[in-house]
Amino acid sequence: MEAAIAVDGLVVDRGKRRVLHGVGFQASPGAVVGLLGPSGCGKSTLMRCLVGVQKIRSGSVRVLGEPAGAASLRHRVGYVTQAPSVYADLTVRENARYFAAVLGVPAAEADRAVRDVGLDDHAGQTVGALSGGQRTRASLACALVGRPDVLVLDEPTVGLDPVLRNELWQRFHELAADGTTLVVSSHVMDEAGRCDRLLLMRDGRFVADDTPTALRASTGTDDLEEAFLRLINAASAEVA
Amino acid sequence: MSPRVTLATARRVLIQLIRDHRTVAMLLVVPSVLMVLLRYVFDNTAIFDRLAPALLGVFPFIVMFLVTSVAMLRERTSGTLERLLTTPLGKLDLLLGYGIAFALAATAQAAVACATAYWLLDLDTSGPAWLVVVIAVADAVLGMALGLWVSAFARTEFQAVQFMPAFVLPQLLLCGLFTPREAMADWLEAISNVLPMSYAVEALTEVTTHTDITGTLVRDLGIVAGAAAAALGLAAATLRRRTD
Repeated sequence: MEAAIAVDGLVVDRGKRRVLHGVGFQASPGAVVGLLGPSGCGKSTLMRCLVGVQKIRSGSVRVLGEPAGAASLRHRVGYVTQAPSVYADLTVRENARYFAAVLGVPAAEADRAVRDVGLDDHAGQTVGALSGGQRTRASLACALVGRPDVLVLDEPTVGLDPVLRNELWQRFHELAADGTTLVVSSHVMDEAGRCDRLLLMRDGRFVADDTPTALRASTGTDDLEEAFLRLINAASAEVA
Repeated sequence: MSPRVTLATARRVLIQLIRDHRTVAMLLVVPSVLMVLLRYVFDNTAIFDRLAPALLGVFPFIVMFLVTSVAMLRERTSGTLERLLTTPLGKLDLLLGYGIAFALAATAQAAVACATAYWLLDLDTSGPAWLVVVIAVADAVLGMALGLWVSAFARTEFQAVQFMPAFVLPQLLLCGLFTPREAMADWLEAISNVLPMSYAVEALTEVTTHTDITGTLVRDLGIVAGAAAAALGLAAATLRRRTD
């Protein structure tokens, strides 16, 4: 089966600083890939590369068999930036319906996406009047419109209460079961266990690329945060 | 680009504008208040008849320049632009969407300001009032297109607001409103010849002095429309799908 996402030797410079040092990974269709690491490690830059808005220095990024950012992908890739990128002066419904119009799908699709993120009670409220977590969900709803084949979600669960986080992760797995490939970034380790695949990132490099189970086994701990620490210590010991 | 996306964008921008009641009130009322001031500051109908039509074009130009440069900057800084550029939306869909929305707002603004000038303040022009409205809307579209373009060079709203004196006031000083352009030093007249507002004001002056639509007026309107199209083209060039 062809990989939904194939990144190879990706190098990105922002200004004079090298942000990604030749990273690579593949994701098969329907996978939930977790991108974990401290803030500033290059997660967002990697996600910008996947949706094709980041200038890259070298390497290749292919999504659904096309170069990332290709015109044919613009219907098929959903993207949620870290800060909620929705119009604060429009209602949740108006935001979702605008994205539906841009994608050329019926308004009912937009209303379904709003229901999916649990905002149907707030659909008529302007986004500016919502709480931080609700805004994040409004932004997510706009990405779900049109049922994209690949969803790139930059820290979609920040500031959400555990119940809601749980619901969203269930939703992510339902989407994956339908064949959507998800790349989800997070800096909290307790979300790592919910992914099929984990990419642990530090200073623009991957320190691990494995399933949560395999990571627990190879590091000899059940705690993924502890596993991450052991991997980093092992990596720095190698360098030294 | 597609008409569906362009119209959806125009609709979205209009809803955003209308939801800001204070901005709508100011858009509609401020030019009329300024007209009243102009009328009584000079307290001379001859001067009012000469200046008012030109200012009916200059106000929407300035206001639309400011409003769109800030609106576009918001789109850039809030992340919505980056997100939109990952969707099938074309750059021209976005720019023309803004264009249509603000042209409608400018039409309402120009209609209210002209109604005040003609009915309340007894403005008298040789040409018809509707022509003044048409030219005012063209000027507003030009201001909007320039605003969309220069917003690319502003990182903050403080900077965007200051492009108004930088881009607009020189045009206002050189457009022939204060001193006839022919009477300026050659180098100033040369600059004035390449600034679009000179033609916007000249077109409005034509309406004040001629009963029918003159060749100069048609040429001036063409220049204003051409400059607006060029500014939209430049604005499109500043929208990059891929950035650092």
